[in-house]
Amino acid sequence: MSDDELIWRIAGGSGDGIDSTSQNFAKALMRSGLNVFTHRHYPSRIRGGHTYVEIRAAEREVQSRGDGYNFLLSLGDSFARNPQEEAFYGNEEIKPLSENLDELREGGVIVYDSGLISDEDVADLNLEERAEENGWHVYPVDLRGLAKEHGREVMRNTAGVGVTAALLDLDLEHIEDLMSDAMGGDVLEANLEILHDAYEMTEEDFEFEHDLRAPTGDHDTEQALLSGSNAIAYGAIDAGCRFIAGYPMTPWTDVFTILSQNFPDMGGVSEQVEDEIAAAALAVGASHAGVKSMSGSSGGGFALMSEPLGLAEMTETPLVLIESMRAGPSTGLPTKPEQSDLEFVLYTSQADSQRVVFAPGNIEEAYEQTRLAFDIAWDYQIPAIVIYDQKLSGENKNVDIEFFDREVSPDLGSTLTEDELREAAHDNSGKFKRFNYEDAEDGVSPRSIPGQKGGRYLATGNEHSPVGHINEDPDNRVAQMERRLEKLEAIRTELDEERDSTQTYFGPDEADYGIITWGSSQGAVEEAIERLNNDGHSVKGISVSDMMPFAEKEVTEFLESVDEAMVVEMNATGQFRGLIQKELGRYGDKMTSLLKFNGNPFEPGEVVEGYEVNVAEEDQQPDAQVRIEPAAGD
Amino acid sequence: MSAFNAIGEEREIDRDEFTPGVEPQPTWCPGCGDFGVLKSLKQALPEAGKNPEEVLTVTGIGCSGKLNSYLDTYGFHTIHGRSLPVARAAKLANPELEVIAAGGDGDGYGIGGNHFIHTARENHDMTYIVFNNEIFGLTKGQTSPTSPKGHKSKTQPSGSAKTPIRPLSQSLTAGASYVARTAAVNPNQAKEIIKEAIEHDGFAHVDFLTQCPTWNKDARQYVPYIDIQESDDYDHDVNSREEAAEIMRETEDVLNEGTVLTGRYYVDDDRPSYQQEKKAVGEMPDEPLAERYFDDDAEWERSYDLLERHK
Repeated sequence: MSDDELIWRIAGGSGDGIDSTSQNFAKALMRSGLNVFTHRHYPSRIRGGHTYVEIRAAEREVQSRGDGYNFLLSLGDSFARNPQEEAFYGNEEIKPLSENLDELREGGVIVYDSGLISDEDVADLNLEERAEENGWHVYPVDLRGLAKEHGREVMRNTAGVGVTAALLDLDLEHIEDLMSDAMGGDVLEANLEILHDAYEMTEEDFEFEHDLRAPTGDHDTEQALLSGSNAIAYGAIDAGCRFIAGYPMTPWTDVFTILSQNFPDMGGVSEQVEDEIAAAALAVGASHAGVKSMSGSSGGGFALMSEPLGLAEMTETPLVLIESMRAGPSTGLPTKPEQSDLEFVLYTSQADSQRVVFAPGNIEEAYEQTRLAFDIAWDYQIPAIVIYDQKLSGENKNVDIEFFDREVSPDLGSTLTEDELREAAHDNSGKFKRFNYEDAEDGVSPRSIPGQKGGRYLATGNEHSPVGHINEDPDNRVAQMERRLEKLEAIRTELDEERDSTQTYFGPDEADYGIITWGSSQGAVEEAIERLNNDGHSVKGISVSDMMPFAEKEVTEFLESVDEAMVVEMNATGQFRGLIQKELGRYGDKMTSLLKFNGNPFEPGEVVEGYEVNVAEEDQQPDAQVRIEPAAGD
Repeated sequence: MSAFNAIGEEREIDRDEFTPGVEPQPTWCPGCGDFGVLKSLKQALPEAGKNPEEVLTVTGIGCSGKLNSYLDTYGFHTIHGRSLPVARAAKLANPELEVIAAGGDGDGYGIGGNHFIHTARENHDMTYIVFNNEIFGLTKGQTSPTSPKGHKSKTQPSGSAKTPIRPLSQSLTAGASYVARTAAVNPNQAKEIIKEAIEHDGFAHVDFLTQCPTWNKDARQYVPYIDIQESDDYDHDVNSREEAAEIMRETEDVLNEGTVLTGRYYVDDDRPSYQQEKKAVGEMPDEPLAERYFDDDAEWERSYDLLERHK
């Protein structure tokens, strides 16, 4: 692996400030002109346990976490508890060092806190021996002691950043600026002193043996560091959404929090309610009353939303739901990503239920497709779901800020004004034909909003007549069903003809082998394809976002153009491959699956390995923790 | 100009306006208490100065859920137990709407029990009418949360082992600022209570006793009622939480043993509604949110304005 990139991993215990420190450091690297991408790994507990964040920085664009890493800052776990032999969580202070070594690249740099991690523990790791084998360079620094000298032990993070900067020959300027923005007074002063002391001490105490230096870069335009959750929240804001109802659940909570914090200043309303059934029902109620609204959850909470989801569909109330996947079933791995709610989200709710489902694959797409979901939901009066996962939710990437420079679209789509209502069809008792099927275009019958003059109607989850009365007449039933079913076809046509494709392509136009993926696995696949082609293979890729209505045309064309294909996704049963076969009705013998479901996202090297095993047609499984599922009929 | 001209429109309102035109005719059984709720609403709404197009009635599932099929206002017939969260949000989206939620005892106290507690706790400004006939009607006669202990039905053939829910005490405890009970067999009181509930600024819970002639012939609602406001035997202070609690306890303990009290139990005019509370903490705009979407001059903040913190 080339070292034109820095992959810096900071490891410690939850609650030790790993997240905030890494966020600041990533920003500093971005400000120095580099492209950055972060990956966050954390356990489902508040304090202690092994947690780390990786920051990948390079001059070129970076779209994934990469394979392994080349700089470890190990802070130790200050919340470790191991009173007995069999510790409850089995955590020791050493874990942030010991648990991370397997993925450290050759020639990598290790800094560990000799003030928190004991010499005996380090000796048990055979660190010296392993360092020699792998060409690692180890720098023990008493970060804790240094921070303590300035009165605050907790500031050993800052000391670690200072050491990092010295070892990588990084200018402290951006880090200092960010600290000054975030804090003031004595705290700032102490932090700055620690930062400088650590920097100087490192330069004085150590002779640098490593080759790794921070890469350099330059941005043409101003950049912003955003997470996928930020992008989704901002997509909603720019779509004109001003009402959110939710119930906290990782990782959906991030979107909920961002909007709750911003809505008060924007005249919007956020409601934390008793459960997810209520949350989605509130979004339906606000939408019915004329406000662009949303709700969301993760798999377990989304399960409760199936009722209001169906209600929105039958009453043709526009609705946007966000589903942030994590590993399951049930509570599963609460803080680990998986792409295993696809089938659930596609088919949640009883009967012939339809909704729109977009699966963004990166931060820009998360913003774009959230906006699109609102547009479609309000134009077609249909629920739209944005499905993403814990990985995309928590990862940060720099984006050109010009990307976000666009107008808000508060348009309520197929909603009438009072003037338009006067001209609209009414029945002979003067009641607005809300669910008129006679003149409906693309299955959409324009709606009114409670309080508007002349638009009175009943919205009901029962089958209903054009004015909304409960109606069990067979002819009416068929006419209403057919009208509603028309919507997805019309949306498919609109997506194909009027919108830019929401599918993303990688590699050459012509290739023998295809890799198909969806959602947050996109970045790893993109990088794997680049590597494979550089190594002389002929591989191209597609990352699919349109799950319902399905990107039939694009995926068919793609599969027709290759001899064989591998579907890469983070689940155990190949849900997306199943969807392709269901939607297209063929190609079962052309596709194998590369699956990962151990709680960690794909690394590009695992995709490369999966390809190699597949193409070599060896009857084996890859070494990495991934699985190959053969094509149908094999 | 408002986008919602039906709201606050001042004109003479005929109660017939609340009756749908050609169809549908109510599907309730002859003698059903639900007719009483429909009638009292048709009387109370125009008396409270409301026209049909500024009213949103949100119902659940069951015979009660069909209320807004026969009452011609803007309506939302939702799903079992979920009328309150839908109604709450509509009111938050447009506080100028007159929002009335309605449902049955199974719908509102059973499957929707959690929403009931939280809506009362937050004191949303709305009226909530629970058609209480102590039975599941539309699913054909199963034991409901208000059915008396020992009630026999096809699903509890040996008689229910459960103590019935105490809806009045429950909403008082949860925080409702208006709690009353009325009955279909007492139409004058029912109209007055409903009108008061509509005019009340906060969560007004009305437990409306409705007889079910088909599935619950034994229901005690057929016994004569005592109107606590009319009776000399009762003079509790409706503004006192303690006194309200005491009289509720008495009547709820003996509801199925012969004595039924109806009337106003608790009225708190001082407690701010949820909308007011939310405005006070700066979490709700002064103008109705729904209006903004029809206002061409409305200013919309962009996500672009938020990027400073990400640079």
